[in-house]
Amino acid sequence: MTEFATDSILVLVEVSPSGAVLPSAAGLIGAAAAIGSPVALVVAAPGAGPAAAKAAGEFGATQVLVAERPDAATSLLVPTVDSLAAAAALVSPQAVLLSHSVQGRDVAARFAARTGSALAVDAVGISRDDEGPVVHHSVYGGSYLVDSAASSGAIVLTVRQGAIEARAAATKPTIETLEVPASGMRDVDIVDFEEVVVASSRPELRGAKTVVSGGRGLGSAEKFALVEELADVLGAAVGASRAAVDAGYVPQSHQVGQTGVTVAPQLYIALGISGAIQHRAGMQTAKTIVAINKDANAPIFEIADFGIVGDLFAVVPQLVSAIQSKRK
Amino acid sequence: MKIVVLIKEVPDTWGDRRLNSETGLLDRAGAEPVVDEINERALEVALTYADAQTGTEIVALAIGPASVPTSLRKALGMGADSAVHVLDDALVGADITLTAQVIAAAIKRIGFDLVIAGNVSTDGGGSAIPSMVAELLGVPGATYLNAVEITVDAVTGRRETEAGSFGVKAALPAVISITEALPDARFPNFKGIMAAKKKPFETLSLGDLDITPTEESRSIVLNVTQRPARTAGTVITDEGDAGQQLADFLAKNQLI
Ligand SMILES: Cc1cc2nc3c(=O)[nH]c(=O)nc-3n(C[C@H](O)[C@H](O)[C@H](O)COP(=O)(O)OP(=O)(O)OC[C@H]3O[C@@H](n4cnc5c(N)ncnc54)[C@H](O)[C@@H]3O)c2cc1C
Ligand SMILES: Nc1ncnc2c1ncn2[C@@H]1O[C@H](COP(=O)(O)O)[C@@H](O)[C@H]1O
Repeated sequence: MTEFATDSILVLVEVSPSGAVLPSAAGLIGAAAAIGSPVALVVAAPGAGPAAAKAAGEFGATQVLVAERPDAATSLLVPTVDSLAAAAALVSPQAVLLSHSVQGRDVAARFAARTGSALAVDAVGISRDDEGPVVHHSVYGGSYLVDSAASSGAIVLTVRQGAIEARAAATKPTIETLEVPASGMRDVDIVDFEEVVVASSRPELRGAKTVVSGGRGLGSAEKFALVEELADVLGAAVGASRAAVDAGYVPQSHQVGQTGVTVAPQLYIALGISGAIQHRAGMQTAKTIVAINKDANAPIFEIADFGIVGDLFAVVPQLVSAIQSKRK
Repeated sequence: MKIVVLIKEVPDTWGDRRLNSETGLLDRAGAEPVVDEINERALEVALTYADAQTGTEIVALAIGPASVPTSLRKALGMGADSAVHVLDDALVGADITLTAQVIAAAIKRIGFDLVIAGNVSTDGGGSAIPSMVAELLGVPGATYLNAVEITVDAVTGRRETEAGSFGVKAALPAVISITEALPDARFPNFKGIMAAKKKPFETLSLGDLDITPTEESRSIVLNVTQRPARTAGTVITDEGDAGQQLADFLAKNQLI
């Protein structure tokens, strides 16, 4: 039986029903390695374990526990929660790290409820002091920075996607099979699954260095292409306001704001976005903010480093060609 | 069918939301307490089902401070049949795990076929409550549903995650949480508001739920710092060369 270091940090690597390891694992293992010894857990359907474990090693996990569960692709959460409970009992980690993804939050929540653990959500960083791990949060749209810790026991935490830049060096991990006693807990059935297809060569919104977002001011899905054009010239990710999402210009996954994605890029360009408080909550910690809006009273100008009162359909094409000619 | 809708009262996102820098707790003076918008949508899902199915009973449940009855009255005015409020001084600053334990205990006491929650609350709850409650109740928790269909013995829906799109199904009793892709809620009308005054409203303490919270919270706030507010920079009005000026600004700041 393998020994686990006293400073072990257990990391749940998210694996899709088809066996793909999600990219969030890189930041989680990077964060874990910075404060202790990362032990990764992969839960996958029979046969899919070894490839997933290898991928976890590439992200820097030195030890990987593999739970192959026949119901991993048909049962939504319980196989993973059961496996995490078994892994935590084996490893006795100082902290359990999961992605603040849809799946990660649910597993974290069920695991914390089952074990009565302290749960810290949406962490933007993690460090340690003499007492143990300290979790850093960014609250109310980044208006406040809050540090928290568990008063006793291992803390369970979910980490905001794209928030951690640290990466651990790739390893050839030791791989161990994890025996998982089934809890028998009733679960949600997966009826069908369509893998996300990364069709675009554009960067991921979360963690992007530059984001170009469009709002209701774009007027239609066709005209939203102007946002994409500027984004491509800048090598940027594409974001949107909730109004643009509601109007069907872009899918919900592009929404920036309180109930969408929180971004903190070097450069954020808001096109035809009024800058409602709920939108600002998702982007106001960007290093530089640029806004183009035809309404001089739009609240977005209160936080813009460079604002243009004007028609975006006139300004953006000129901007695109000006950037192109500067590069020549 | 008995449906419990979980209502969280939050500071209005349109207001000035503040934290107390000593305790890390919400400073209630800055923004009006309101029903979180996502919970109005959750209630709408229940009301739409009840419109089509006679014999549906909807209970609105909220855990929170003395201001909560106003929010629950709104839910009654929209059409919930009864309301339950868990109010207890020991819940001030309750951690997520304790809050979930209290919600689960209250739901058990009320009885349920289906629990409908919002996917995430706007005051930094972090969308843990619905899954925690499902775990504590020992039932399936189908969260983050963008589309929902309720039948007498099951709930089906679609869930988008970072991995892809899932079609999901849970046998009742179950917990679900819904996203803002589902429709906005109806307004309480005058008749509804008048009727709400006569609807059953129960207030429970932790003692009523046989919960004795431990003295110490599971998690502690070590430090709170407020970031300086952002200030406005240069704003120009386009006179035909704003695109060029912006390109110059970006170049000067090494952003292109
Ligand atoms: C609980 C809750 C959560 C929310 N969460 C979010 C969230 O996560 N993200 C989010 O974005 N919103 C969110 N909202 C909605 C938010 O309140 C606003 O309704 C939304 O952000 C408005 O989007 P918009 O700026 O695109 O649209 P509008 O407010 O309609 O603004 C459009 C802007 O485009 C400008 N415009 C129009 N034509 C042109 C043109 N040709 N050239 C230049 N400018 C032009 C107009 O002057 C206007 O300022 C939330 C609301 C609530 C209540
Ligand atoms: N104190 C509470 N009282 C009632 N319902 C709650 C409470 N906290 C959270 N919920 C429910 O759980 C959902 C997700 O909240 P959260 O986990 O705080 O993001 C909310 O939309 C509510 O439906």
